[in-house]
Amino acid sequence: MAAPTGIKSPTRARIAARTLRTDRWWLYPTFTALVLVAFVAYATYRAFSGQHYFAEPYLTPFYSPCVTTECVDGSRHLGTWVGDWWPFSPAVLILVIPLSLRLTCYYYRKAYYRSFWMSPPACSVAEPHRRYTGETRFPLILQNVHRYALYIALAYNVLLTYDAVMAFKSPEGEWGHMGLGTLILVVNAALLGLYSLSCHSCRHIIGGRLRNFSKHPVRYRLWGGVSVLNGRHAQLAWASLVWVAFTDFYIWMVASGTWSDPRFF
Amino acid sequence: MGYDLKMKVWRGDATGGDLVDYTVPVEEGEVVLDALHRIQATQSGDLAVRWNCKAGKCGSCSTEINGKPRLACMTRLSTFEEGETVTVTPLRTFPVVRDLVTDVSYNYKVAETVPAFAPEPRPADGQYRMQQVDVERGQEFRKCIECFLCQNVCHVIRDHEENKQSFSGPRFFLRYAELEMHPLDTNDRRALAREQAGIGMCNITKCCTEVCPEGIHITDNAIIPMKERVVDRSFDPVTWLGRKIFRRDQLEEAQVPQTGAE
Repeated sequence: MAAPTGIKSPTRARIAARTLRTDRWWLYPTFTALVLVAFVAYATYRAFSGQHYFAEPYLTPFYSPCVTTECVDGSRHLGTWVGDWWPFSPAVLILVIPLSLRLTCYYYRKAYYRSFWMSPPACSVAEPHRRYTGETRFPLILQNVHRYALYIALAYNVLLTYDAVMAFKSPEGEWGHMGLGTLILVVNAALLGLYSLSCHSCRHIIGGRLRNFSKHPVRYRLWGGVSVLNGRHAQLAWASLVWVAFTDFYIWMVASGTWSDPRFF
Repeated sequence: MGYDLKMKVWRGDATGGDLVDYTVPVEEGEVVLDALHRIQATQSGDLAVRWNCKAGKCGSCSTEINGKPRLACMTRLSTFEEGETVTVTPLRTFPVVRDLVTDVSYNYKVAETVPAFAPEPRPADGQYRMQQVDVERGQEFRKCIECFLCQNVCHVIRDHEENKQSFSGPRFFLRYAELEMHPLDTNDRRALAREQAGIGMCNITKCCTEVCPEGIHITDNAIIPMKERVVDRSFDPVTWLGRKIFRRDQLEEAQVPQTGAE
């Protein structure tokens, strides 16, 4: 049997309990796991369903940009890039982008390391693993590509903003109209944009990597702005996650005819 | 208004020990350290507890209170219900000396391995100058009182004794970050942060930030910026190419100090 390690190490105070915390420390990891599992289950179903993702002029963010030949008429805003050979739904091509950003995101790392890997499940609650190498080896060393996921996600945010602008058309294609779906898509683009801009890698690239703020006043100001957003990164991560699912659900309901989109003007 | 506080205090040493029950009279406005001192004064004169300033500035009275790493002098009894039992144990990451006192010398050994501040030569008038924005950036890091609560809560060493050989811990990533962000420093510590301090072991679960009594944003302002600097140096081909083409970052790579390093 291997020698005891961690809080059971022979030189440490001999306390049998894994933790002596009396508060509900399990609440955060449990709630996080439930929300993430629910989101992944919903997104997987919607991504593979391949239907009810476009209701003129709304295109759900799960399928934007829609670039395969399978996409329904009117949804290919950027043209057709992928032919019949693509065996899955168009969403599978796209969802890799936000997935890679969120998987490598510094906030979500905390969330899923605690909730799923229990490393640790909560502060001063012993983890169950005998060995730990962190992010020093494959595959977790790939977390270091986060900034590249950010670059791609920022371009993706431009497309989502384009979708939000297109939502100011009427179902007949005339500009200057707005419905509840327009509002939902605008909020969706804003939340996802703010989530990306509040990213720790963004903060580093904008100005954090500098040694001398005083020699780069513009980058210093931008860094200050991103730092304010960065302080809300976790909230933006959750808000944008929930809202993007809600946006998709709303458009699914409109596209399937379950409810109609209230038009403001 | 006073009341009788029920406490469990860990008593023992490296050969063994247990939680011992105490009932101690306490007054409104007191902190956990007051209750421990009253136990020491009236019931167990041999209770070992390390303390000094009783003002949250010396970092001596670090313990675990109801399982959470905290300063005993800054934990008000009013944060507990009157009937609640308050459990106090020594830090569970470091070797116990006796009762609530642990041997934190691991941290001092790690401190010796961090290359010191290496400023550029003084200008002709002999005066170093820094702009206020550059001074302000490092102030947060200098609030550290070295209570080692962040080191204690970090699961990398708390749950894996063997990692103490290859991991410096949050308090020292703070030091690395402070030096890396210092405009007068001339060393490049990124290779050391990765290879010697083991910053890749950190998985950003933010417990160090949660327990810091000084409210330092250790993860967001020190560890993640250091991780990003390591990415710049070791994992990002674009920044690597940029450095080569534009001959930026010609800083000397820091070396581990020879004296005291083990």
